[in-house]
Amino acid sequence: MPDKPDRNAIEVVKVSKIFGSGEGQVAALDTVSVSIRENEFFTLLGPSGCGKTTLLRLIAGFDFPTAGEILLYGQDIAPLPPFKRPVNTVFQSYALFPHMTVAENIGFGLEMLGKPKAEIKARVDAMLKLVKMEALSARRTSQISGGQQQRVALARALAPQPKVLLLDEPLSALDYKLRKEMQIELKRLQHETGITFIFVTHDQEEALTMSDRIAVMSSGKILQVGSPRDIYDRPSERFVADFIGESNFLKAEVVGVSGGRATVKLSSGTEIPASLPEGLVPQGKVTIVVRPEHAQLSAANSGASLSGMVENIVYLGTDTHFHLRLADGEPFIVRRQNSRGTGDGIVQGGKVGILIGGDAAQVLKD
Amino acid sequence: MANRFSIKHQPGFTTIAATCFIVLYLPIVVLVIYAFNAATSTSEWGGFSFKWFQSAWQNTQVIDATLRSFQIGAIAAMFSTIFATMAALATTRTAPYPGLTFKYAAINQPLMVPEIVTGVALLIFFSRIKIFTGYSGLGYLIAAHTAFCIPFAYLPIRARLENMDLTLERAAADLYATPWRTFRRITLPLLWPGILAGLMLAFVISLDDVVITEFVKSGGQDTLPTYMLGQIRRGITPEINAISTVFLLLSVAIVTLFFFISRKRD
Repeated sequence: MPDKPDRNAIEVVKVSKIFGSGEGQVAALDTVSVSIRENEFFTLLGPSGCGKTTLLRLIAGFDFPTAGEILLYGQDIAPLPPFKRPVNTVFQSYALFPHMTVAENIGFGLEMLGKPKAEIKARVDAMLKLVKMEALSARRTSQISGGQQQRVALARALAPQPKVLLLDEPLSALDYKLRKEMQIELKRLQHETGITFIFVTHDQEEALTMSDRIAVMSSGKILQVGSPRDIYDRPSERFVADFIGESNFLKAEVVGVSGGRATVKLSSGTEIPASLPEGLVPQGKVTIVVRPEHAQLSAANSGASLSGMVENIVYLGTDTHFHLRLADGEPFIVRRQNSRGTGDGIVQGGKVGILIGGDAAQVLKD
Repeated sequence: MANRFSIKHQPGFTTIAATCFIVLYLPIVVLVIYAFNAATSTSEWGGFSFKWFQSAWQNTQVIDATLRSFQIGAIAAMFSTIFATMAALATTRTAPYPGLTFKYAAINQPLMVPEIVTGVALLIFFSRIKIFTGYSGLGYLIAAHTAFCIPFAYLPIRARLENMDLTLERAAADLYATPWRTFRRITLPLLWPGILAGLMLAFVISLDDVVITEFVKSGGQDTLPTYMLGQIRRGITPEINAISTVFLLLSVAIVTLFFFISRKRD
C-alpha cells in the first residue's frame, strides 16, 4: 500500500449548485464541504438525484458552482474551464471518439497538451500495456467490446497523468462478472499509478469493496464521510444505515453518556452500551441501529437483550436469515453464518432471545 | 392472420402505389425517350438519333447558361452551408432558451415564404443597390441563392448534430482541447456527412431555381433553367429534352455519389 499522507488533493469548500430560478429552483448541492486526500480512492455514494454526479461535474469543470470554492492542491479551480484543469474523467458512456483508433483516443489528451510525438507514442504504448490492450491499438472504438471500451476510456483518462481522476459510474454498463473484474482492475490501476481517484456510484457493494473512504450523499448534502468499515459499522444517520446494508432500527432511551459512548435502555427494559456518531451528545429518546449479523440468537431467554418470536427462517446457503417479531411488535432480522450439522432448536413460531453485544449498537443522529 | 393490419395487404394498395409511380416517372421516361428523337417534334417519333445532344453541346447559350448555373450553385452552396453549419451549431449546442423557436422560424423562413414574394422583394431591394453601387454582376444571384439555400443546408446538418453525443465534446474539453480544437478535431469530423449532405442539397436546389432567379437576374445572366424556360416560349424542340436528360443524369449522379460518401463515413 502506498502511504497516504494527510495532504488534500481536492478540497470542496461550502459549494452549492442551484438549478433554475425563482419558484422552480432546485439545490442540487447544498453547502457541501469535503476534503479528498492525495492518492486516495474516494467514493461518492448515494441514490440517483443525490447530487453526486453534480459534484463530480463541478470538479471536472462541466458546470460551475453557484457558491463556494473547489481547491486543487490549494488553488481554486472552480472558475476554470475543463481544458485548463489537470483533472480527467472516465464517462459513464465512455465517450470514446468514434472516428479515431484506440491508440489515437488514448493519445488525444497528450496531443492537446502539445507533447512531442515520441513521448506520446511511448506513453500510449505504456497505457495500452497497463490496461492490457496492446493487441487492439489500431482498432476503431466501434470494433471492440464494452469491457474493452471501458479499458480504453480508463487509459485515455490516465494517459495525461492527471492530478485527480474522476470516474462517473464507469462500471454500470458492464455485466456482473465483468464488473467484478473491473473493480479489482480499477483498484490495481489506482495502486500502480498513485493517482487520486474520485469514484461516483449508487452501488453500495461497489463502494464498500473499492474505496479507501466513502462520502454518503442524499438530497444535495454529504451525510457521512468515512472508511467503508466506519460507514457500515458506525452509520451516523438513519439514511446511511438504510442505504448501505441491512439494518434493524430500535427505539431506545439514553440513560447515560460517558467517553464517547452511551448507555441506552431498550423497550424491553434492558440497558445496553451503544457507540455515538462523532460530536453527538444524545439525550432522551433516540433510535439505535443494529446490523443483522452483529446480533446473536439464543434458544433460551435468559441474559438476552430482547426477546422475539421467529416468524420466518430463510436459508441462503452461506448464511441464514431469521425474521423475528419483537415483543413491542417491531421486526428484527438476525443473520447467522451457517456451519454444517447444526441444529439448535430454533424453529419457526418459537420464542428466542436476542443478544446485542458490547459493540453492536450505534446511536443515530435522527 | 398475423399481418391483417399490414398496409401491404389492404385492398387497392398495389393499384394506388402503381398509379403514383406511373404519374411520377412516366413523363420523365417519355422526356428521356424523345431526347433521342431524330424528328423536330417532341411528340412524334422520327427515329433514333443523338443529334439533339450534339446540337445542345454546340449551342454556346446552353453552355454559357450551364456554366453560370454551376458557378452560382457552387458558390451559393458553399456559403449557405457555412452559414447553415454556424446556425446549426448555435441552435443545438446551447441549452434551450427563450427565442430559440423564433430563430428556427427565421432560419427556415425561405421554406415558408412564397418564392414569388422573395423574388419581388429582392428585385426591388437589389435595384436600389444597383443604383447606388453601379455593380450589376453575378453577385446578386449568388447572394439570393445563398439566402434561400440556407434552410436546405441547415436541416441535414442540424439533424446530424442532434444525433451527436454532447459527451464527446465534453470528453475532448476534459482532455485539454480548447473549444476551437474540440470543434476541429471532434465536432467537425463527426459532422462532415451532415455538412456534405447540406452542401449537395443546397447545390441541387440552387441549380433548379427558376422563380427567384427570373426576378433577380440581369440581361445575359440566364441560368440553365431560365434559359430553358425562355426557349420553350419560342417553340420547343427535342434539344430541351436532351438538356433535361443530361441534367437528370447529373442530379442522379450527385445524389448517388453523396449516398456512397456518407455510407462510407458512417
